Amino acid sequence: MSTSSHKIVLTDPLPLDGGGELARVEVAYETYGALNEDRSNAILLCHALTGDQYVASPHPITAKPGWWERMVGPGKPIDTGRFHVICANVIGSCMGSSGPASLAEDGQPYAMRFPVITIRDMVRAHVGLLDALGIAQLHAVVGGSMGGMQALSLAANWPERAERVLVIASTSRHSAQNIAFHELGRQAIMADPRWNGGEYYGGEAPDNGLAVARMAAHITYLSEDALTEKFGRKLQDRAAKSFGFDADFQVESYLRYQGSGFTRRFDANSYLYITRAMDYFDLAEEHGGRLADAFAGTPARFCLVSFDSDWLYPTSESRHVVHALNAAGAAVSFVELSAPHGHDSFLLDVPALDRVVGGFLG
Amino acid sequence: MSLRPDLAVIAHHVLPDSRVLDIGCGDGALMLALRDTGCDVRGIEIDPDSVERCVSQGLSVVQGDADRDLADYPDKGFDYAVLSQTLQTAARPDRMLDELLRVGTRAFVSFPNFAHWRTRAALMFGGRMPVTRSIPVSWYETQNIHHVTVKDFRELAREKGARIEREWFFAGERSVAGAANWRAEFAVFELSR
Repeated sequence: MSTSSHKIVLTDPLPLDGGGELARVEVAYETYGALNEDRSNAILLCHALTGDQYVASPHPITAKPGWWERMVGPGKPIDTGRFHVICANVIGSCMGSSGPASLAEDGQPYAMRFPVITIRDMVRAHVGLLDALGIAQLHAVVGGSMGGMQALSLAANWPERAERVLVIASTSRHSAQNIAFHELGRQAIMADPRWNGGEYYGGEAPDNGLAVARMAAHITYLSEDALTEKFGRKLQDRAAKSFGFDADFQVESYLRYQGSGFTRRFDANSYLYITRAMDYFDLAEEHGGRLADAFAGTPARFCLVSFDSDWLYPTSESRHVVHALNAAGAAVSFVELSAPHGHDSFLLDVPALDRVVGGFLG
Repeated sequence: MSLRPDLAVIAHHVLPDSRVLDIGCGDGALMLALRDTGCDVRGIEIDPDSVERCVSQGLSVVQGDADRDLADYPDKGFDYAVLSQTLQTAARPDRMLDELLRVGTRAFVSFPNFAHWRTRAALMFGGRMPVTRSIPVSWYETQNIHHVTVKDFRELAREKGARIEREWFFAGERSVAGAANWRAEFAVFELSR
């Protein structure tokens, strides 16, 4: 599989939903597989909150395999033998695209001077990338979780840019519960004295706060059954409770490990900005309050997939989108797959998902 | 692949290049046949495994419950609404018929005829709820909660102001000409309003 890493600077300043614009926007992206002559076989993959462009190549910091290697590659459901797969780091993130850790015009990191962005702003940057690459229409846009929000946003705002729209374990709006969990994470970061109003670059980062944010979020990505199955009440490397506050339970130890591992590869300010963008996401609100209007006259084919154990973006959220697409007369497929893992099912071994993805992409 | 007789009739009589909604589309056999004639076909199916098979074949199928989800579809969004072997499973077949003729300009409805002589005989002589080749599941586990006869359906159509455009009757694979309510195991109606 031909894999390559790239970075471009968008030629035009990026207009932002919050007002103003962002100049010299950098977009870092990976590609897999060859673009065909008429540039019609491109698939834009959109990553999730803490994801990145390393879909099917090793992560440059952790050296771990790509986050969707099981789905993307030669002969896999997203077949890089047939498709040219593009995955760009979202703006606001910290893996090469413009974000709060990037340098502003004064040569200092933006930190909290970085503008608050939206999902549509992220997608606007993706569209800028597609323009630069000369790709007028994608074979498909694909995304899970926050990636699905980007796919929906592209379909609603640039309807001619994707023939197929595949949205997995996602939603058209953040619920009060979604916002609440994100606020918990943000407050954990901002309560860490090292956060220092976002001015920590060059010094010690608010890793404790970011780790707590990740721990809380990680719980929302798993089902109760998955946690019980994996950990139950098992103790960690000990025969009895310690009557202290060490990680007695395996689940505690696991969460601490997840939290600290995350701080090695993610910037706390990026976490603030991206969670904010997700909380602001409400596709209906952007289109006069009626979700069906967001998709009026869309020529694209849609496929939505939810998982029965996902309580973060439950099936009802996907159905809500499906109802709107039906009302708009769009060609839509929807299936709720049974998988035990919770929201993270879209990243894990669910053979039915492979069949649906492969079949829908054609 | 040969289609079930009622589906073959429907596939044969839907005009090419039509917009079709197949309600209770199962594994998508009719949808595939209609797609080959240039139709824009959408499906609704309650069974997730069937939906997965349809989507894997590139069909546009929504997992859902027709009793509830048809309400989301706009008026006359389709040239045809198809309800094959599903009317008798609906919570309210009368309302389902209204919905069919709201979302589709025309409707095809097929169902097993409860007044077929075999069914009548099972009741008359066996004194038991019939289990026949057209009604193969025992009363306690069948999804057929509203058994219907050819006569009943004609009456319902009349009450609903639906015009019966055409009708076809079958016993097994064979077509049945007369005495349909006695001789037909399956009926197919084409309706309009």
